[in-house]
Amino acid sequence: MKQYDVIVVGGGHAGVEAALAAGRMGAATALVTFRKDDLGVMSCNPAFGGLGKGHLVREIDALDGAMGRASDYAAIQYRLLNRSKGPAVQGPRVQADRARYRAAIQKIVANAPLVDVVEAEVTALAITGDTVRGVQINGEVMLHARAVVLTTGTFLGGKVFIGDKSFPAGRMGNAASTILAQQLRGMGLPMGRLKTGTPPRLRRGSIDWESLEQQPGDDIPEYMSFLTDRTIAPQVSCAITHTNSQTHDIVRANLDRSAMYGGHIEGVGPRYCPSIEDKISRFADKDSHQVFLEPEGLDDDIVYPNGISTSLPAEVQEAYVRTIRGLERAEITQPGYAIEYDYIDPRALDLSLQLMALKGFFLAGQINGTTGYEEAGAQGLVAGLNAARHAAGEEPVRFSRSDSYIGVMIDDLTARGVTEPYRMFTSRAEYRLSLRADNADQRLTPLGIAWGCVGPQRRHVFQSKLEALLSAKALLQSQTFTPAQLQAAGHRVSEDGTRRNGLELLGLSGFGFDVLETLHAPFADISDEIKDQLTKEMVYAAYLRRQESQIAALRSDEARAIPSELDYSQISGLSRELATKLSMARPKTMAQAARIDGMTPAALVLLLARLQKQEKRARA
Amino acid sequence: MDTIFALASARGKSGVAVIRISGPRAHVVARAMAGNLPPLREAGLRMLRDGVGERLDSALVLCFAQGASFTGEDVTELMVHGSLATVTAIEHCLAQDHALRLAQPGEFTRRALDNGMMDLTQVEALSDLLEAETESQRRQALRVLDGAIGKVVAEWRAHLVKAAALVETAIDFVEEDVGNFDDMILQELRAVQAGLQSEMAGQRARERVQTGFEVALIGPVNAGKSSLLNALAGREAAITSDIAGTTRDVLEVRMDVGGYAVTFLDTAGLRDAPEQVEAIGIARGKARAAQADLRIILQPANDISDLPELGANDILVRSKADLGPVSQGAISAVTGQGLDWLLDEIIARLSALTARDGVTVRQRHAQSMQQAEAGLTDAIDKICQGDYIAELVAADIRTAMTALDSLIGVVDVEDVLGDIFSNFCIGK
Ligand SMILES: Cc1cc2nc3c(=O)[nH]c(=O)nc-3n(C[C@H](O)[C@H](O)[C@H](O)COP(=O)(O)OP(=O)(O)OC[C@H]3O[C@@H](n4cnc5c(N)ncnc54)[C@H](O)[C@@H]3O)c2cc1C
Repeated sequence: MKQYDVIVVGGGHAGVEAALAAGRMGAATALVTFRKDDLGVMSCNPAFGGLGKGHLVREIDALDGAMGRASDYAAIQYRLLNRSKGPAVQGPRVQADRARYRAAIQKIVANAPLVDVVEAEVTALAITGDTVRGVQINGEVMLHARAVVLTTGTFLGGKVFIGDKSFPAGRMGNAASTILAQQLRGMGLPMGRLKTGTPPRLRRGSIDWESLEQQPGDDIPEYMSFLTDRTIAPQVSCAITHTNSQTHDIVRANLDRSAMYGGHIEGVGPRYCPSIEDKISRFADKDSHQVFLEPEGLDDDIVYPNGISTSLPAEVQEAYVRTIRGLERAEITQPGYAIEYDYIDPRALDLSLQLMALKGFFLAGQINGTTGYEEAGAQGLVAGLNAARHAAGEEPVRFSRSDSYIGVMIDDLTARGVTEPYRMFTSRAEYRLSLRADNADQRLTPLGIAWGCVGPQRRHVFQSKLEALLSAKALLQSQTFTPAQLQAAGHRVSEDGTRRNGLELLGLSGFGFDVLETLHAPFADISDEIKDQLTKEMVYAAYLRRQESQIAALRSDEARAIPSELDYSQISGLSRELATKLSMARPKTMAQAARIDGMTPAALVLLLARLQKQEKRARA
Repeated sequence: MDTIFALASARGKSGVAVIRISGPRAHVVARAMAGNLPPLREAGLRMLRDGVGERLDSALVLCFAQGASFTGEDVTELMVHGSLATVTAIEHCLAQDHALRLAQPGEFTRRALDNGMMDLTQVEALSDLLEAETESQRRQALRVLDGAIGKVVAEWRAHLVKAAALVETAIDFVEEDVGNFDDMILQELRAVQAGLQSEMAGQRARERVQTGFEVALIGPVNAGKSSLLNALAGREAAITSDIAGTTRDVLEVRMDVGGYAVTFLDTAGLRDAPEQVEAIGIARGKARAAQADLRIILQPANDISDLPELGANDILVRSKADLGPVSQGAISAVTGQGLDWLLDEIIARLSALTARDGVTVRQRHAQSMQQAEAGLTDAIDKICQGDYIAELVAADIRTAMTALDSLIGVVDVEDVLGDIFSNFCIGK
């Protein structure tokens, strides 16, 4: 019998980041998963990053996680989304080669000295009282640990649907986790069902590529990891095609045979990732939808048609696919399907992703109602960090809505729960102007260094970047210019008599580094990377100043925790209705309480007064 | 949760006094006093008795249930005989119950606010209504109390959610070839901008309805301003004398003019080369007059100099009509000639000022609207210049939304995403 600090159940994106993070923190960690081959498997589309998601990858990377480096190793096409918009809403994205991604992840895990990979099914949790003690594997052996992280993804009670056929599975070709699902359901946790779908896969050689519009990658790639400085794999193009009225006719005629529409599935699916059935019935006036043909790898014979996920019977899938230009002779290697699975209402979790009702038990990934590799990986990282700290008897680490997309996601999940699979968007982050993909390292790496989850290589790279940034800023600030000087040099500035330094000028329109260098030649010595970073920062300078006080207020509200056992009915002056709402929502902080629907300033004051009274009593 | 009670009518001798009880025990204590309670929302005559069965008063008892009362809690109202002794006896009896306590000032309304029975603007309107002295104040407060501001802001909010959704769609769903929405975004933003501007244009007048309009009397020394003011007030409010410069600073007289609360300002006379102290008074008077809602400019009928130039809110009056022949605007504080005409003219001007449609009243409302409008103007300017930074437009719209938040509830990002998903086919 072996004693671990942390056991991570599930080798998906959440599980891998959790185990690696726990290992980096110095915890003896077991990663238990059905098959060793699970590590680095992409269940759905062959891509990482995008809007909001690219931000998450950068944040995982800033804390020394694996996803950024592995996706750079696997990247066969780089595209920065929203290149024409401002830096805060640009999202790096890559098309990833499946085999290369898996190889990269497996190598990183193999090189993690404190992480053991155990190939087994976890069949039960070992619990004493309100504390988790470990897990049982394959119905017999016990593994003990101080903390357990559960990341079972779509496997918990998973059920696959194709047309009117359905069978238990964790994803196509993998067994579901049914025994564990039964134990969890018996624990009285708030649980529900969600669903998601995937498109049919096509054989590459059966597609008429010549007839299709190509979509190449960016000329200058934006890497996923702060540590990557060159393109590793050969680069390829994707292709774009469209559905047409013939496609729609076939789908419409067979709607009643779709698992989603035939009423076989009770789970709720995501609105932003609708199946082709959904698109055609909800947006009947659109007679065409885009389809991206994404190669699954350099040597892979399979293509992922992004945009036509479905749960229609296999023969209907073939019929509609072949109406699409370029796919007239397409061969389906695996039909599209829908999957329905159990999730646990994340409002049952605290901000460290620990289940409030069971000490030492952490949840991460799709089991918390999210969707996507990046969302899963980011939660895995948080759960892994906190599981390791829990095992070491340390306080959990916290993320704020104002320091990261990770903070936004965890706060959203634990405060609001989910009504559909949750995915990240930049619009979820109210302070997105300061939460940029390009400054994720400056926001989080210092925290990671303090927590002990950042290795020496990254620490070194980060510290030299920071020094370069600071000295560039100092250089810019050391030179000031009067409006008269600037006008004499042919630049338009307001005649207000104030001297402006180089950094301030960068915030004005018309003053890029190209102009600054003509004003003071040594500015040219600043490296391109640093120039780029400073320019991005100054785009928002005026707006960021305005948000400073809001952010400070939010941080202080976030810092004020509300004990989970607080009895709201005992707060005198608080209305019965709000007391009921608060007891249902169980906000974890004042900041969460403030966002509850119908909350009034007066009620917040009452709540605050109560917390202060309790704190005083506790101190006395 | 405490149950609270208080005398809801004025303290002192009166025909009827109303005692309001609100909270979980409001019905329980009333039943103990009255024996049994009439059906909800129906008044019933009951003999109230104290704990030992002693008769307190015969009273009308009226009960409201939680969720359907002023405070949102269980409420009982006792209408008793309005003597000091009766009220004191009943209050004493209620205070015997340990779960009951005397309400603090405004506490019933606070509870109504907390329980979502009223929004902030309605609470303000309630206090305005309770303070109302004139007919126009009463009508205006009643409209806001009815939730008029909430309704207007909810409409603006819907436009802003729509605009924000369009901007966010262009940011978060670039890959979906959803198209360009600039015209649609501008349309939504301009609708709110126009609404805000028209609200703001009338807000000052509506605020004046509440706080009182200012009408300044101006004119040269000895033009008869003080006499006119006295004639209007029908009493000796200002010291009148024929020695130039008697009215040193600004003298205020407040009255009800045709249902409007009006403060007349009698300013120091205009005169060249005055002495030091008087100069200050004149300057002060000028400043006040410039800010007044209306200005009555007096020029004596026997003054043959050029007539002054008039602004939109100026009324020319030829005073001392008894001293010389003039056709238009002739008044005489001595004979009373023209006074009715002047009052009608003032009422007509004030009702023109308040004729604009609109619901916002207070300075607080105006500030929120100004902030919102500034945000929208920034957003609209950026879009019109083309090639704009979308997330900054989004930030501007968010500024406008938060500004309106202070008037109504909270704009939530889920609203924005919900709008996106219901209107666009998003998802590869
Ligand atoms: C059909 C389908 C469609 C999808 N569509 C999309 C999409 O359109 N967009 C999108 O963003 N994402 C989509 N995804 C979701 C994406 O794959 C997941 O969000 C992400 O992989 C979740 O990561 P995870 O780590 O939480 O779980 P997973 O990647 O599912 O990994 C779970 C791991 O746990 C292991 N495991 C489970 N139970 C046990 C047990 N009892 N004992 C041992 N090991 C166990 C499994 O072997 C597996 O390795 C889809 C997934 C599927 C299956």
